[in-house]
Amino acid sequence: MAFSKNQSEVDEGLKGELAKKGVVVTTINQLYNWGRQSSIWPMQFGLACCAIEMIATACARYDIARFGAELFRPSPRQSDLMIVAGTVTKKMAPQVVRLYNQMAEPKYVITMGACSIAGGPFIDGYNVLRGIDRYIPIDVHLPGCPPRPEALLYGLMELQKKIQSQEIETTEWYQKGMKREYPVPDFGPHGLVPKFNPEVWQPRELDHRKDKYGEPILIGRKTKAPDLDAPLATPPVAQPPKPQTA
Amino acid sequence: MNLQEIQSKIEAALPGIRLKPVRESLLIEDAAMLPKVAAFLKNDPVLALDYLSSVTGADYLKYLESVYHLYSVEKKTGPVVLRVRVTRDSPRIPSLVPIYRGAEFQEREAFDMYGLYFENHPDLRRIFMWEGFEGFPMRKDYEQEDSEILETADIEWLDRHGAKVPEGMRKKAADLKAQGKRAVAEKTGKSIE
Repeated sequence: MAFSKNQSEVDEGLKGELAKKGVVVTTINQLYNWGRQSSIWPMQFGLACCAIEMIATACARYDIARFGAELFRPSPRQSDLMIVAGTVTKKMAPQVVRLYNQMAEPKYVITMGACSIAGGPFIDGYNVLRGIDRYIPIDVHLPGCPPRPEALLYGLMELQKKIQSQEIETTEWYQKGMKREYPVPDFGPHGLVPKFNPEVWQPRELDHRKDKYGEPILIGRKTKAPDLDAPLATPPVAQPPKPQTA
Repeated sequence: MNLQEIQSKIEAALPGIRLKPVRESLLIEDAAMLPKVAAFLKNDPVLALDYLSSVTGADYLKYLESVYHLYSVEKKTGPVVLRVRVTRDSPRIPSLVPIYRGAEFQEREAFDMYGLYFENHPDLRRIFMWEGFEGFPMRKDYEQEDSEILETADIEWLDRHGAKVPEGMRKKAADLKAQGKRAVAEKTGKSIE
């Protein structure tokens, strides 16, 4: 990801000289962003196996506290970051969107793992949402199945870079009339209604699952079933090689 | 005790029952006889199959099936597998909840996924899918929705919630409605049956 870095207009050399005298020169922007990026409070919820990696990241070996994001809050009201760790089933999706809506600004989302990005191995399933980005905006997509704790830390660092690039005057959550809430989908007769929110996500023109990998889509009616009454096919027994006769 | 001995034991205890060995299991030809067979297997002092491990549905296109795996915790034997076949038109099977209490949630699951109606079940509702879900998703003729194309219900919902919808999607949904179709994911390409 490429972000425009917040550059200080103060000369670096002058800064260094002042630092020797014990004077720190900085901007409000940098101080503000430094504070925000160093105390991201994630929300404490996990949906599937990615949550195990998230827990491992929070434990002593990987220690997410080094990045100031160790305070997992059990309430959306107190958290800045939602780590969607795991498969989002259609039954769970409305709750995830609702939790996002309940978070206070500024809020960020990391989708952790292939499932929450696009459905993962369950993409053709009837019950799994093809990515939570259909309903809410995502800041960092973190692929892997599941991603290792190092990967989650890397994703967090990318998010820190993004936070660093934001400016206090232009940030959307200080603008008037800012309301970042997305409608919570309903349960329909065949799946969620709507299937996606076109304001947030739209299907791509090019479907690489079709043209690149030779149409591996398996969903739809099935036409074959095994015949139980037929005798079991016995696997051919490997014959030992005959000794060669001269 | 092997399958043949169990079969002859059941046939001796319940005259008139029709059993057929299918692979490693016993098929009960008349589904209504299932509770009697299960009660016999549970209460028989020699077999003592006191634990119903799983109730599963299966779809073989020509018929639907419900499969039961019975174990004996007391004798440390099992499994004894029972099968019941029903037609797609009337998938009615007597419930085993009065005999094995643990069958309740598993029968609900089989009902949810395969649409097998377990008669005399105390609380036959969907367990995984939500109320109002239509169809039984594990059946082979289940038509899954195409999750890339919006339908009129989605468009109406989005309008109600004040979300902007691109014109192309509106048109596509209207076309589908005019044809009386819904967006269904079709099976394409080479597949594993």
